[in-house]
Amino acid sequence: MSVATKQLRLSPKRRLKNSGRRNPLVGLIAWITALLFVSPVLWMMITSFHSEADAATNPPSFFAPLTLDAYAQFFGAASGANPWPPLINSAMASVFSTILVLLLAMPAAYALSIKPIKKWTDVLFFLLSTKMLPIVAAALPLYIFANFSGMLDNIWFLIIMYTSMNLPIAVWMMRSFLAEVPVEMLEAAQLDGAGLIRTLSQVVAPVATPGIAATGLICFIFSWNELLLARVLTGVVSGTAPVFLTGFVSSQGLFLAQLCAASVVVSLPVLIAGFAAQDKLVQGLSLGAVK
Amino acid sequence: MQPKTRFTAVAASVITLSVSLTGCAGAGGGPAQGGKDSINVLMVNNPQMLDLQKLTAEHFTKETGITVNFTVMPENDVRAKITQEFSWQSGQYDVASLSNYEIPFFAENGWLAPLDESVAGRADFDQDDILPAYTESLTGTDGHLYGEPFYGESSLTIYRKDLFEKHGLKMPDNPTWDEVAELAEKIDEGEPDMKGICLRGQPGWGQVFSPLTSVVNTFGGTWFDKDWNAQVNSPEFTQAVTFYTDLLREHGEAGAAQAGFAECLNNMVQSNTAMWYDASSAGSILEADDSPVKGKLGYAQAPVKETEHAGWLWTWSWGVQAASEKQDAASEFVAWASSKEYENLVADELGWASVPAGKRSSTYEQPEYQKAAPFFDAEREAILNADPKNPGVQERPYVGIQFAGIPEFADLGTFVSEDVSAVIAGKTSVEKALDKGQKRAERIAATYRD
Repeated sequence: MSVATKQLRLSPKRRLKNSGRRNPLVGLIAWITALLFVSPVLWMMITSFHSEADAATNPPSFFAPLTLDAYAQFFGAASGANPWPPLINSAMASVFSTILVLLLAMPAAYALSIKPIKKWTDVLFFLLSTKMLPIVAAALPLYIFANFSGMLDNIWFLIIMYTSMNLPIAVWMMRSFLAEVPVEMLEAAQLDGAGLIRTLSQVVAPVATPGIAATGLICFIFSWNELLLARVLTGVVSGTAPVFLTGFVSSQGLFLAQLCAASVVVSLPVLIAGFAAQDKLVQGLSLGAVK
Repeated sequence: MQPKTRFTAVAASVITLSVSLTGCAGAGGGPAQGGKDSINVLMVNNPQMLDLQKLTAEHFTKETGITVNFTVMPENDVRAKITQEFSWQSGQYDVASLSNYEIPFFAENGWLAPLDESVAGRADFDQDDILPAYTESLTGTDGHLYGEPFYGESSLTIYRKDLFEKHGLKMPDNPTWDEVAELAEKIDEGEPDMKGICLRGQPGWGQVFSPLTSVVNTFGGTWFDKDWNAQVNSPEFTQAVTFYTDLLREHGEAGAAQAGFAECLNNMVQSNTAMWYDASSAGSILEADDSPVKGKLGYAQAPVKETEHAGWLWTWSWGVQAASEKQDAASEFVAWASSKEYENLVADELGWASVPAGKRSSTYEQPEYQKAAPFFDAEREAILNADPKNPGVQERPYVGIQFAGIPEFADLGTFVSEDVSAVIAGKTSVEKALDKGQKRAERIAATYRD
């Protein structure tokens, strides 16, 4: 049994509250809302198993014969294009930027919550202010910088970009998670002679794991889905999956089934990461809520 | 493992992995990446380009040893990316797919390498076989050739022969717009499940304004007159847009304000429409083996009003970036992709209907091509009659039939097209839309007058 569900089941108070309010209408509304949210994804999945001609009909023909053609096309059956390099590039960009973000955000969040530095609110505001500039405004200067520094079409430049893009969000999220760590534990660690790194890695980290997992997952998803910077800064070598995905949109000829198949494949890693971290995520996201 | 050692181990492995990976710039980088014998090509993802992508490794690379790395993007994205790459001359891409709209001013800006000697000068390339209208459109003001066509097209009136016969209708070889409107009405009445005609209504200078500008030309309108006065709300321009939008609203496809080439193609394939005025290259998709309307279609010239011809001229061509360090390999690739040899290769591997045609006179002479492309004669005639320098009833200060060949046109055309789409959707009036467009056009015209 997962940690989250165990907690839910062990809480008789909450169960009583729920059963008292059980109402079929609420259930129905929940189901309808869920279906509404899931329907585009379902449509995408069904379309990905149709032929191009069936996918393009209006109204959609849901019961058309199923085929794996669109997936074969995605893996290069017609064009010979190889989808693996962009997928690997996306994985590299997302994983490494997430690791970097977590490594940098944790000490920063520590300095902003557990042992607040002077004017820590200003620092927090400064971090937030970096998100106020629309990325598109920085796209051209970044391109020019990358061009002159020889970093154009280099996945490591993209990793640095994603790290800086996600760092402010991560610091803000982690700060609220670290604020949950009991001060007594830190004092005890200090009394035992633990240094900063040891305190962070052995005392803070285990307590804040759900928060770290939630932050990590969000950073991973943001990096995996990022299109604008990837399109501007990458080219032949370091193109990421979202850039590759847009390549299926054609102004001549039919492409809907292929695009849906490509979208399904590209969404899978995020879905898998989400499912894998589900327990931690629920804990992490509800940490702030039950405060 | 103790917590401390575990942390150190994880940190160490992350660092090791990072260091080992810094050597490569990304997963796309194989051993040949960026090497002497590899070039990078940025192109639009039209079906003809995807065929090229498929055939290159097996044939071109095998014969020459030059690896070609393709980046494929949708039309609007590829335009933005190409402009970005070429204006900065970053040299990242050696070859790009450019149209006859961009090549003249790209050449003017010094972004392209001349191809006179490196491609056109090759004995086996046979530049004289390329239809003269293309060579002319792809030549810069300095007299050098800056692009080689990959495939070309004009515009045709495509119609359902079977339905026309059924209702006793006849499409003239050179129809007028009034005749087409009349035919659309009759089909609309006779076939309750079908629409009379499909025309693009989607915003974008390359969407609604491709067919619409050719209508404006033949109605006697122009974007600018020879003294650089904007003519967007002139009576002729207004009449043309009114005619086009009325025809669409009365006998056009459902959701016309959002329909582009792909949507109309779809309507034609699914027998939702009986006529379609659009690019002649649609013929190769409509006559493909898996097309349900194969063999049922007739092809007439672009409808006219005041002019003798109204067909447009368009080509997706190859341009080589001036900053490319691999000029030889790049021109080798261009010479191969635009060659007769490549057309024959596509014919052998994928069939004559897939050949990137419309650029060489010799292709039209091939009996197999004539059989596979019933539209060949109409297309050849349309391309030969297309005159990008003088497509209307008046002299113009720019080159181009379905576009005005100035860099600002993409922005202007798209701006006005949004309002034209709104007219089709019934949200504004033609006069309001064109008055707004006139103001924008006048600002651009002023910079040229000075």
